[in-house]
Amino acid sequence: MFKTFPGGVHPPEEKELSEHCAFEVMPLPASVILPLSQHLGKQAKPLVDKRATVARGQVVAEADGFISAPVHAPIMGTVKSIGRENNSNGYMKEALVIIPAKLKEDEEAPADVTMPPLDAETATPDEIRARVKEAGIVGQGGAAFPTFVKLNPPEGRELESVIINGCECEPYLTRDDRFMLERPDAIVSGLRLIMRALGVQKGIIGIENNKPDAIASMQKAVQGFDGLEVCALQTKYPQGAEKMLIKAVNGREVPPGKLPLDVGVVIQNIGTAVAVHDAVTKGEPSVTAALTVTGRGIRTPKNLIVPVGTPIKDVIEFCGGLTEDAGKVIVGGPMMGVAQYNLEAPVMKATSGIVVLTKEEVRAREETNCLRCGKCVDACPLHLLPTRLARLAELNRLEEAEEYGITVCMECGSCAFTCPANIPLVQWLRLGKQRVITMQRSRKADAA
Amino acid sequence: MSSVTVTEAPNERELLLSTSPHLQSRWTTKQIMWFVVLALLPSVISAVLFFGFAQLLVIAIAVGFAVGTEALIQYLMKKPIAVSDGSAVITGLLLGLILPPHFSLVFTALGAIFAIGVGKMLFGGLGYNIFNPALVGRAFLQAAFPVAITTWTIPNFAVDTVSKATPLAALKFDGVVTGLSSMMYGNVGGSLGETSAIAVLIGGVFLIVTGVANWRIPAAMLVGVIVFGGGLWLIDSSYPTPLFHIFAGSFLFGAVFMATDYVSSPITNLGMWIYGICISLVLVLIRVFGGLPEGVMYSILFMNAFVPLINRYTRPRIFGEVKS
Ligand code: SF4
Ligand code: SF4
Repeated sequence: MFKTFPGGVHPPEEKELSEHCAFEVMPLPASVILPLSQHLGKQAKPLVDKRATVARGQVVAEADGFISAPVHAPIMGTVKSIGRENNSNGYMKEALVIIPAKLKEDEEAPADVTMPPLDAETATPDEIRARVKEAGIVGQGGAAFPTFVKLNPPEGRELESVIINGCECEPYLTRDDRFMLERPDAIVSGLRLIMRALGVQKGIIGIENNKPDAIASMQKAVQGFDGLEVCALQTKYPQGAEKMLIKAVNGREVPPGKLPLDVGVVIQNIGTAVAVHDAVTKGEPSVTAALTVTGRGIRTPKNLIVPVGTPIKDVIEFCGGLTEDAGKVIVGGPMMGVAQYNLEAPVMKATSGIVVLTKEEVRAREETNCLRCGKCVDACPLHLLPTRLARLAELNRLEEAEEYGITVCMECGSCAFTCPANIPLVQWLRLGKQRVITMQRSRKADAA
Repeated sequence: MSSVTVTEAPNERELLLSTSPHLQSRWTTKQIMWFVVLALLPSVISAVLFFGFAQLLVIAIAVGFAVGTEALIQYLMKKPIAVSDGSAVITGLLLGLILPPHFSLVFTALGAIFAIGVGKMLFGGLGYNIFNPALVGRAFLQAAFPVAITTWTIPNFAVDTVSKATPLAALKFDGVVTGLSSMMYGNVGGSLGETSAIAVLIGGVFLIVTGVANWRIPAAMLVGVIVFGGGLWLIDSSYPTPLFHIFAGSFLFGAVFMATDYVSSPITNLGMWIYGICISLVLVLIRVFGGLPEGVMYSILFMNAFVPLINRYTRPRIFGEVKS
């Protein structure tokens, strides 16, 4: 029996479209759009002016505040503009646009900027933390939390283990799978650096059993290292969610409103471990994104390494373009990703995939009344009552929604996936959640 | 799902915009309903087999009037006509199958109209009814035409010991025990679709294996009937055995097709267990101590009334929450 958590759903996996495609490095795009806010927390502060020439790897915006991360130039070039541009979350955000510089005959291209390599075996916790901060690494799982913050737990926390999230539970995506096959030693090295930074003796790599090759590859890679192990998990969505992964791996439940830290665990993504390894041992800042470009709406699915800031349309073009019947372009996975309307939006540090569904696949279904079938209740990994919460949100009965735990919902979409009546449960839950949070804030303000 | 189609000049393409999740399970309301209809077919076949082709007419009338009533009410209330979702077809089929053989066609039609009109639409339609509409229809007929609805016919292929009466009535009023194998095949007296345990079980296994019906409610009813029926039988062996409880009358049909009705049953897992066990408790009490031979209909209707309460008090513990 493989370990897992109760609840969850089994969306069609569709990994075969791209799982055998080794990473390719994409050529430089004609321009990159570099959002200053590629992470959770405060947007970075630009350090360069329009028309400045920048080297690849040069810091072009510095972290502003504790929860923030610097941004580096992903290509050598000239800053064309600084202003608001579309990003793939659907908002306009401050961004630098950099175009490759036209160099004069005798002019030499500025060399790539890297940081001095450190010895992975002797780097101290402080050195590791400083390097991760300097390199601008953010969590690769979607939320894009600055990794350095996670390596800096509040004083007095008893930490027990680091879990590397190798589930890749989002259907279609295969980038983590490729990383585990192509760079297993970098992952192990990154994990050990993270463990050292946190002073933790135990490291676990959780992998779903639909990736047997990755499991074998990682099992081989951890051999000979004390305290490291691979944990094979039953394939199920959303096992990559932090709370679900911890439950699956060691049976602990993170209480509502608490963090993995509170049960002694820090979780890092596969891509993050690789980035930490590269930053420490090679001095590379976070200037590329590894992503899967896949789906039946794309001509040639691939796993790619692209400069951060590459417009989505260039990436799609590189993969042979959209098919005639492409109907929806999603950045991220098909369960939690964001549908795009503007393909000029750029790939960001935490972008894990571009999935293109065909018109046939996105055919919208009619909504019917709730059948009270309870399928959404069975599916919710957090044991909420999605049908009830959606209804309370719709009726604006916020106090009751709060009591039923609406703020706990992580918007994983398992409930909406499973609903035969096609009720937009997640939309209602999001709306209700926002309203309840607003209500809680004003309550707090009133009390103060 | 609400979505916008945007045509973006630079891409010259229509892309659909809607929020995650972008994938959906294969289940739709319609598909579920038609799977239930499929699951009822073995019972329809057994009805024809044991009581003759005329029974198809009873069932057809029940279905026709159920669908017609729903469409008419939706039309009059200026709501979209949604009978193609299949739920009214199911109500009609269920009602038809729980009527006695050769039941009056006029009464059948009245029952179907009442089932949909009062049992379903009065509450607001699909998803809002508290009681199982088919059982509401049947309860109405029981009240209005008590004699007609307890008039049984001898089935085809009847063996000598089988009387017109249902096995439960035979036991209750005459002390005659019907053989288990007859109740399995269905060549005993009783309502159209209920006499053949095999036919019901085929449908039930189909529904549970495909994931349409939740297995917890039938399982809970089985546990309940074994515990309560078996307990009484252990105390006094003149009471029916648990096996008799299970195979006689409409226990199986009720467990598979009536108690599992999504709308009128609980949505929480614990709630489903409580609901199923309580149905069996009420059922055994009615069968053993009540004035009626059968009690499945009443016990399910009775427990339907408690479903909102059960849902309320069986809210699952939220992940990670420590209940005080
Ligand atoms: S979106 Fe929220 S309510 Fe729905 S399954 Fe996920 S956590 Fe549960
Ligand atoms: S899955 Fe859909 S139809 Fe079923 S109870 Fe939940 S909201 Fe209602």
